[in-house]
Amino acid sequence: MISRVQRWGQGRSEFVVALLLLALGVLVLVDAARLPTTFTQRGPVGPTAVPVVVGVLLVVTAVLLGLDVLRGGHGEQESGEDVDLSHGSDWATMFLLALAFLANILLIERVGWPVSGAVLFFGSAYALGSRRIVRDVILSFALSIGTWYLFAEGLGINLPVGILKGIL
Amino acid sequence: MAALSELINGFGTALTPQNLLYAFLGVLLGTAIGVLPGIGPAMTLALLLPLTYGLNPTSAFIMFAGIYYGGMYGGSTTSILLNTPGESASVVTAIEGNKMAKSGRAAQALATAAIGSFVAGTIGTLLVVVLAPTVVDLALKLGAPDFFAIMVLAFVAVTSVLGASRIRGFASLLIGLAIGLVGIDQVTGQQRLTYGVPQLADGIDVVVVAVGLFAVGEALWIAAHLRRGTAQVIPTGRARMGREDWARSWKPWLRGTALGFPFGAVPAGGAEVPTFLSYVTEKRLSKHKDEFGHGAIEGVAGPEATNNASAAGGLVPLLTLGLPTTATAAVLLAAFQQYGIQPGPLLLENEPELVWGLLASLFIGNVILLVLNLPLAPMWAKLLRIPRPYLYAGILFFASVGAYAVNASTVDLMVLLVLGSLGFLMRRYGLPVVPAVIGVILGPRAEVQMRRALQISDGELSGLITPFSAVIYALIALVLLWPLVNRFVIRRFRRPRHPVPVGHSHALVELADELAAPPGEERREEGDEKADEEPEHATADAPRRQT
Repeated sequence: MISRVQRWGQGRSEFVVALLLLALGVLVLVDAARLPTTFTQRGPVGPTAVPVVVGVLLVVTAVLLGLDVLRGGHGEQESGEDVDLSHGSDWATMFLLALAFLANILLIERVGWPVSGAVLFFGSAYALGSRRIVRDVILSFALSIGTWYLFAEGLGINLPVGILKGIL
Repeated sequence: MAALSELINGFGTALTPQNLLYAFLGVLLGTAIGVLPGIGPAMTLALLLPLTYGLNPTSAFIMFAGIYYGGMYGGSTTSILLNTPGESASVVTAIEGNKMAKSGRAAQALATAAIGSFVAGTIGTLLVVVLAPTVVDLALKLGAPDFFAIMVLAFVAVTSVLGASRIRGFASLLIGLAIGLVGIDQVTGQQRLTYGVPQLADGIDVVVVAVGLFAVGEALWIAAHLRRGTAQVIPTGRARMGREDWARSWKPWLRGTALGFPFGAVPAGGAEVPTFLSYVTEKRLSKHKDEFGHGAIEGVAGPEATNNASAAGGLVPLLTLGLPTTATAAVLLAAFQQYGIQPGPLLLENEPELVWGLLASLFIGNVILLVLNLPLAPMWAKLLRIPRPYLYAGILFFASVGAYAVNASTVDLMVLLVLGSLGFLMRRYGLPVVPAVIGVILGPRAEVQMRRALQISDGELSGLITPFSAVIYALIALVLLWPLVNRFVIRRFRRPRHPVPVGHSHALVELADELAAPPGEERREEGDEKADEEPEHATADAPRRQT
């Protein structure tokens, strides 16, 4: 059965979560150990107390989760009407989406939101399987320019206009 | 009563033409966004939060009140017409609501949901008005140890009630607490977990956390598993109902209100538990038991009213203690903090115009919701047909604008991507998202209260114990030990009919499943069959979604 194969695969990969929790716990503990506490401390409980508690609990939870996975426990994948769990994660889509998202981060302060936002929307729609290129390009720019007017002009929120300065 | 005269002042604030416009816009936008598949009320609020940045706090919160109710109603519309519960509280609505829609009674299902929401929302808000001043009086007597205990209770409750696996709930909470540690320590001014990045010194903005975990995480998760082909949307006319529907609905509305409000007011996981209870109650009391499972109107009227009453109940701890009990309330709290307003016992005293204006606009928002949604139902149904690439690209697009608008910083966009990936991972491995968000929001405040309490007691742990907090800690122990009690005391007498799959032992789902399944039908082994082959089970089995 497909489901059994899936469950087996999921059972193994779920150790990643335990490892991440462990890493996060260690990170928090190391950072807490690094804080100098002697001179700024006011009151009996310093800035390290809570990080130490959270860090230790993270490590404990990581171990408990690891044991749970070993004993065959597994977290339920989230389902939904638009979600098809019969196949694994579609990494090609994810990669393109991440690319579109990063493009916006790199571009927004260089060429401005009207362009970078359009790249983000167009790239995401393309990644998700939309192939009506002309319609998508028009829609992308309509959305990014529309939101720029709404935020920058209508709401007074600073969204960079970039290379379209003077045109918009 | 003093509260009522204050409320009349509140109406004075809310009924200016400008604020009325904001309330109207809020309801319209909230419903439009909330109706989109996969977008629950919390995500609706988080995505629309930036729109209020340019407004003064009072107008912003009036608009928020509209978005709040609009987003919730939008979610019910989705579950009735598409069988996609946008959030845990709508799961139950979908059971009967979608059946009604499939048998050609979509208009009646939408009408009983809208009118039920109106009735419950109005009564619920009235109860908030009456109760809030009293709770504030009590809350003013509480000290730092008491607040710390209440917050710990909120942590424990949100991890134990939501989701199937406690250990995964705690993992999620701890991730949230760790994120909440980032930034300058509020007491000593030392930087924690910032690694010299100046933009992290103020901590990671709660809005970025909420948008990242809810919106970006959800969009990425669905993108990776997008169902090709279109979902079936049931067309509907203007929402309306006949005399018999009214006769069958009004009692469930009132019972739902009575059930939902108290559950919403305590940290017990929000509307999930009471909506299930309402469903079970209505089924038991109904004269049309045979219709349950095939679209009984009571099964929509009751849970919908419960959902709204519980949302109103959640405003009591939020406004008086600064304690969010649901994801939606957590985002509302984040919105308050955005304006430098700290909800808590002093809020009513410091910001009376804002609080009473907000409460008054909840009444107004309810009325607008009713007038708007009964005739507009066919239009909302059309929104459900939005092509999925545009929908999820749009979520990423608006999430990016929102996160950037907070501080005009690309660092926030990076953080958004990281948190979105975290949200993806959590959905993949069944970690609930809500505990993380609650952890981020409440964590730093719990730390401050604890350190304050221990400062007063000079480091003695006994400083955390007061008569009030002792009761709270006893409650926490009960919640924590409940599975043991359940296993050794209760289970011994009541063996389950069928083995419960690991990681899926949600008692309420089982209960509702047992009660909802027509006799003779066996419970579906989840994962083995496609959801659309047995939709009635799929509904009850659908893992609760936190957005």
